[in-house]
Amino acid sequence: MSLAPQPGRQLPLLNEMNRYFWISGATGRLQVLRCGDCGTWIHPYAGLCPKCRSGKLAPEAVSGRGTVVGYTVNQHPWQPDVPVPYVVALVELEEQSNIRLLTNLPGCPIDAVHIGMAVEVCFEDHGDVYVPQFQPRSAA
Amino acid sequence: MSRYLEKTVAVTGVGMSEINRNTSVYPFLLAVDACRKAIADAGLKPEDIDGATCWPASLDGVGEGFHAAAISDIHATLGLKLNWYSSGEGAGQFGGINNAIAAVAAGYANHVLCWRALGQRYPDPTGGPAEPERLIGWRSWSAPYWAPSAVTWVSLHASVHMNRYGITREQMSAIPITLRRNAGLNPAAIYKDPLSFDQYMEARMISWPHCLYDCDVPCNGATAVIISRLDAAKDMPHKPVRFEAVGSAAYDRMDTWWARNDFPHMIMHDAAAGMWKRTDLKPKDVGSAHLYDGFTYLTMLWLEALGFCKEGEVGAFIEGGQRISIDGELPVNTNGGQLSEGRLHAFGHLHEAVVQLRGDAGARQVKDLKVSVAGVGGGGFGGALMLTNQT
Repeated sequence: MSLAPQPGRQLPLLNEMNRYFWISGATGRLQVLRCGDCGTWIHPYAGLCPKCRSGKLAPEAVSGRGTVVGYTVNQHPWQPDVPVPYVVALVELEEQSNIRLLTNLPGCPIDAVHIGMAVEVCFEDHGDVYVPQFQPRSAA
Repeated sequence: MSRYLEKTVAVTGVGMSEINRNTSVYPFLLAVDACRKAIADAGLKPEDIDGATCWPASLDGVGEGFHAAAISDIHATLGLKLNWYSSGEGAGQFGGINNAIAAVAAGYANHVLCWRALGQRYPDPTGGPAEPERLIGWRSWSAPYWAPSAVTWVSLHASVHMNRYGITREQMSAIPITLRRNAGLNPAAIYKDPLSFDQYMEARMISWPHCLYDCDVPCNGATAVIISRLDAAKDMPHKPVRFEAVGSAAYDRMDTWWARNDFPHMIMHDAAAGMWKRTDLKPKDVGSAHLYDGFTYLTMLWLEALGFCKEGEVGAFIEGGQRISIDGELPVNTNGGQLSEGRLHAFGHLHEAVVQLRGDAGARQVKDLKVSVAGVGGGGFGGALMLTNQT
């Protein structure tokens, strides 16, 4: 599912270390680097698998499902074009606990946000960059 | 315990400029002032200085903003003749200090001038550098989510930890309130008026759980120290304060704030572990702690990482502030810290540790002090130092 682009998204400059991640939304599936030998998921990029030192790494689609492990309600207007308050939350993917991604939990009321909340990935389409976001699993 | 070489190295001079929020003095000249004071405090002249370091690396010819004094500009200003110099990344903002300790131990230099200079409250006539259209590095992972400030990153960690262990904002308030009371005894501090519990609880929220008083104070100012061989220090004006242990470890991913296997630990857990490996001393031997307080939660996590309390127990440890007060069992940030004195990126903490260990802290002096710890940084960027006056 695709979300309308929101104001104030400062986007990444794409290179070999991050392109696969930021464009993966074009396929509708989030992709994370994975070791072809031992199966370890790696994020962000590394040149070898940190567990088995294999160089056989490739981006692979993940389920897109995860759990909110922490969040903050931001009140300070850092960016004039972004209305406050808003949530910044951290999601652990179900594939591996140290694959943690940020999200603003779009569409989820602030009062409903809680640690342990089940979420699913969606993407904000910015042309060449698809910003992964997460929404409560029941609503996705 | 083998004789690690940082034990042969001492801080022999300290200097601090005026610290302020609004200045007509060009910040670079505040840096020059701090450097000259540190050199004089060590009983040296600029011609005795043969090493230099600062954090971070900086541009020549820029004397305001995030780094207000490049090595080349201090070199030119003081007419230095250097055998060794270094700037840039390392174990947090103490990276340069660690390099200076190593350089003195290796004999590259005898007296290293080290500084941190900030001019973040000096009006920039250009309005500052333009925001790049696309981001690289760590910010490229956080800024797309409206999280451009470290307070948001620290708050995410804090939410995990506080939820897991039931730590409250009421407990957390003890740090800014106690530090403000300490600042009342420090003439150099920017904010000296007492902070009440009600003021704290009613303050403007920045990023939960951090309110305005949980965020350090951007300022203009500079701190400098001189690092020398301990054997040379014995003939110098002040009682030497030597390094007991350096903590510069990084044992897990450091490129993002949340890729560690032991999240929500941060690099301070590695820095602390690395430091304790290099000394026979234990947490109970430490008489004062000077811990990074860019945001209150970082100070709390440093207390746990250094082993002053167990993981998850920092809320109870700091509650009410008695234990961390100047007359408590572990005085913390006796100068008021960055939350009240001003953000000198841990060089203020190092300066205060040395002043305390010399016994020169006046009304805020910790009694019978022998060993202090300074910890700097958070996320994937940090380091620790243990200092002692026992030589």
